[in-house]
Amino acid sequence: MSTSEPLVLGIESSCDETGVGIVRGHTLLADALASSVDEHARFGGVVPEVASRAHLQALVPTLHRALDEAGVTLADIDAIAVTAGPGLAGALLVGVAGAKGLALATEKPIYGVNHLAAHVAVDTLEHGPLPAPAIALLVSGGHSSLLRVDDLTRGVTPLGATIDDAAGEAFDKVARLLGMPFPGGPPIDRAARDGDPLAITFPRGLTGPKDLVEHRFDFSFSGLKTAVARWVEARERAGEPVPVNDVAASFQHAVCDVLVRKAIDACRTQGIDTLVIGGGVAANSRLKAMAAERAAEYGITVRVPRPKLCTDNGAMVAALGSHLVAAGITPSKLDFAADSAMPLTLVGV
Amino acid sequence: MLVLDTATPAVTAALAEIHPSGHAVLAQRATVDGRAHGELLAPQIDELLAEAGVKPRDLAAVVAGVGPGPFTGLRVGLVTAASFTMALNIPAYGVGTLDALGLRTAGRALVATDARRREVYWAVYADGSPLTGPAVDKPADVAPRLAGFAVITAVGEGAAKYADVLGLPAGDLRYPDPSAIVELAAQRVRDGAPSEPLTPLYLRRPDAVEPSARKPALSASER
Ligand SMILES: [Zn+2]
Repeated sequence: MSTSEPLVLGIESSCDETGVGIVRGHTLLADALASSVDEHARFGGVVPEVASRAHLQALVPTLHRALDEAGVTLADIDAIAVTAGPGLAGALLVGVAGAKGLALATEKPIYGVNHLAAHVAVDTLEHGPLPAPAIALLVSGGHSSLLRVDDLTRGVTPLGATIDDAAGEAFDKVARLLGMPFPGGPPIDRAARDGDPLAITFPRGLTGPKDLVEHRFDFSFSGLKTAVARWVEARERAGEPVPVNDVAASFQHAVCDVLVRKAIDACRTQGIDTLVIGGGVAANSRLKAMAAERAAEYGITVRVPRPKLCTDNGAMVAALGSHLVAAGITPSKLDFAADSAMPLTLVGV
Repeated sequence: MLVLDTATPAVTAALAEIHPSGHAVLAQRATVDGRAHGELLAPQIDELLAEAGVKPRDLAAVVAGVGPGPFTGLRVGLVTAASFTMALNIPAYGVGTLDALGLRTAGRALVATDARRREVYWAVYADGSPLTGPAVDKPADVAPRLAGFAVITAVGEGAAKYADVLGLPAGDLRYPDPSAIVELAAQRVRDGAPSEPLTPLYLRRPDAVEPSARKPALSASER
């Protein structure tokens, strides 16, 4: 195999997206996706068993689509990478067992990789090799983390994470409150475009002087969500109309303000001039604009992959796998477990 | 051919050969651990291939137990089977896990496996052939339904675990035997029957509740 430009197939199944991606080195060849998001919509959140069943049904068809799209066969592949964690245990297991089956049948090496590190690695498919060190902000319905990345193939250093709801979860809950569909990110982003972000001042969790000592790089969105609920309910009780666009814009502004503030603080205190943003919430238009604007003041470069690469997909797993192969990292053994709480310090298993 | 069943705590894999008039199991492994299907299955297959001196590309078919069984473990076997089928472009054949257990019984027999949550997956067999379709119920609800079948024996882990409630002596057979799985698919393999979708027998709907109406965010005194 070519170790500098390995052909790697990546499988992702940690939540509600079944993704199969194929990369050659840093070049994206295919990114096939099947989503069970519609099946979860009426439950207002991802139902693990529904997601697991959907992964089993979708995996083989998605594999076929990815191989067709890339114009390669399984025999051409140098290595298989799969998300080993963190994520929903039953959902992860479908991808892991499926990937092991493929690796066995084709006699190829397999890499069980960390989903969060993969969210960082995917940016290299769009913007090339990542300068080291870099700060990464990963925000989605399942995660909100601030990391320091020195060497993607060796491990990343967690700086902070949410202590309650994930950022995307706050979007989902506020969207529901405003009568918008699940997932809540896109409808809130749309509504916010016609609203005033400064109309209502919502709280910024963990930004007080005391919090900045103990939770400098941690997030909290539960209080914000409750504040929005209380504000909306007070309006309704008073018989006044709820200015949905203003609520959406002000809520989104509060979330983005905290995320960007803490990410830039991390860059500045660590003397780092590259900020990578990933995860589904990175597709939010306000977050990208605010980060770019504020980072520019400090000479920090912001890298955000295109929206399709921000949300969960197989290409990110393949991208990280490609890094591991190129670095000569030993493949995983066939007995590795899907680890729903896989720590960030582990890039592979 | 590759034989898999992960619908019970026995993580089962085997390599078998089909002859014009019979079949032979070349190598087999079954490890009982209801929580580690994902860790155990692939290494077992790897060992079997080495032991039998078989290359994956020599495999001509995959036969897999489609349950019923606890979902998470069941999917491990089925997705592994699907991967082999796809990668090697060979046919897949499904076998009911209870049918494999039932095949090794004589007379009227109950097959009951552990469905967790104090329930069993069960079906009734007459000399190895199913009289009922697989179902999932509480053992106390299965017992009265056996009366009409004149069942005399019971096999499977569920039958052993709930022997008192079921009121039947449990035989020694707890988990499906690879040779029984092969036997149930042998004719299809010989005939070169078309590949089958390996559809898991879940028999239960996913646990999911639709969200209730919004809870008030303001306390009573604030309203
Ligand atoms: Zn993710």
